[in-house]
Amino acid sequence: MGRVAIISASMTQFGQRDDWICELLTEAGESCLTNVDVDASELDHLYVSNMASGEFEGQTGVPNALAHDIGALGAYTQRIDQTSSSGGAGIYAAWQSVASGASELTMLVGGEKMTHRSTAEATDIIASLTHPVEYKHGVTLPSFAGLVSRLYLESYDAPRKALGAVAAKNHANGIDNPHAQFQKEVDQETILESPIIADPLRLYDFCPITDGSAALLFCPEEKAAEYTDDYTVISGIGGATDTHVVHERVDPTVMSGVVDSSRQAYEMADIDPEDVDIAELHDMFTILEVLQLEDLGFFEKGEGWRAAVEGTTARDGDLPVNTSGGLKSKGHPLGASGVAQVYELHQQLTQSADSRQVEADTGLACNVGGFDNCVTTTILEATS
Amino acid sequence: MNFEAHSCPNGHVTYPRHTVCPKCGEEQTEIVDLTDEVGTVVTWTTSTATPPGVREPNHLAIVEFNLGETNVRALGQTTDPVETGDQVTPVFCKELRDPGAGIREKESQDWDGYRFSPV
Repeated sequence: MGRVAIISASMTQFGQRDDWICELLTEAGESCLTNVDVDASELDHLYVSNMASGEFEGQTGVPNALAHDIGALGAYTQRIDQTSSSGGAGIYAAWQSVASGASELTMLVGGEKMTHRSTAEATDIIASLTHPVEYKHGVTLPSFAGLVSRLYLESYDAPRKALGAVAAKNHANGIDNPHAQFQKEVDQETILESPIIADPLRLYDFCPITDGSAALLFCPEEKAAEYTDDYTVISGIGGATDTHVVHERVDPTVMSGVVDSSRQAYEMADIDPEDVDIAELHDMFTILEVLQLEDLGFFEKGEGWRAAVEGTTARDGDLPVNTSGGLKSKGHPLGASGVAQVYELHQQLTQSADSRQVEADTGLACNVGGFDNCVTTTILEATS
Repeated sequence: MNFEAHSCPNGHVTYPRHTVCPKCGEEQTEIVDLTDEVGTVVTWTTSTATPPGVREPNHLAIVEFNLGETNVRALGQTTDPVETGDQVTPVFCKELRDPGAGIREKESQDWDGYRFSPV
């Protein structure tokens, strides 16, 4: 099985957009192809990561619509829904398509159009992934974050301000990302005094509702140089699930989907967590960045909260995390987020991240669906 | 209506019921009635951003029931705000949220159940 290269990456402006899902997907897809002067008709496979275009917009069948709109007729198309980790799952599917030899040129486009819905409606659409016994109690993904945050803070005697430090860091990083939904600094006082959403979590512990799209172009590593000198390689990838019912987990502060998917990715890449130079983590809620730092093996259990407080995960720290601003300030268009994580890693590893550039040869992206219900971890390596 | 957890022949108890036991894969054959049990709050939250048809604020807790040799957890609304470590008991509620207001089809599931009330 040969290794798979990423030869182009693109993303649209994230935020509140007038465009609908097919227009957002087309914008990112066309940009991704134009970057390396590839015609859409050359695509063997075209994948779309999208969670809920039917529920949000009443638009289904988006892969076929995209193939038509960008001129990729004849390509095999497929939609990948893995809730919030649809993007990571799309990367897994695109990687499989090329690694297996089924395709020599695969494009993945992830996207979601959400902001036309009220916060309550969007929250309910996302909460529909929960088990019936959870859903009927009005459980939302933010309420899971509140439940697990309290358990974590009490179990490990962690200060509340540690979660605020995650939000402050990622907002600071977002200032240098021109595609981010929010490009402004937010101080700890503002974060810790913002309205309560799911006690003990407040408004700034949560990512926004976002429209946007991102795209990646894949081919066999041995063919990558035919397209560009600036390519990266997927050296490891893994996917796993955790229990559908969150309260059934032995320890709800451990995300076994993250543990298992990253173990697979590390083994494939033949590296250890300490070999990772940069990471894009799924900070849909601030607590998730802390839990992933632990479950990915970067910190001991109960110690991950120290990372943002002590600057370890700052852009100039030992392990920069979410240099893009993360979901927190970049925004979280569900199907696009996992793709945009790897867009950021690709930019960093090809020295194309402009003012947010860090020194890195190996990057890791962790894309979490539900509340760790399903996870994909991707490891990317620089080639020059 | 009772508040029912389910058990397999190997003594693993889950709430809710599953097609097969998540721990051993055996069929769940026994019902464990939690209706009159007292549980302990493991963690809680109060949600102020609730979906259509859900009360606001919505008090929620994960509660653990000690069944002797094993235990089982459930998540649900609480009748009043609670704290970690509080003792609670199930109280029947005919309609936990407005079945017609959310995105999920009304007929796709039941909507009654149990809230947790401080003892």
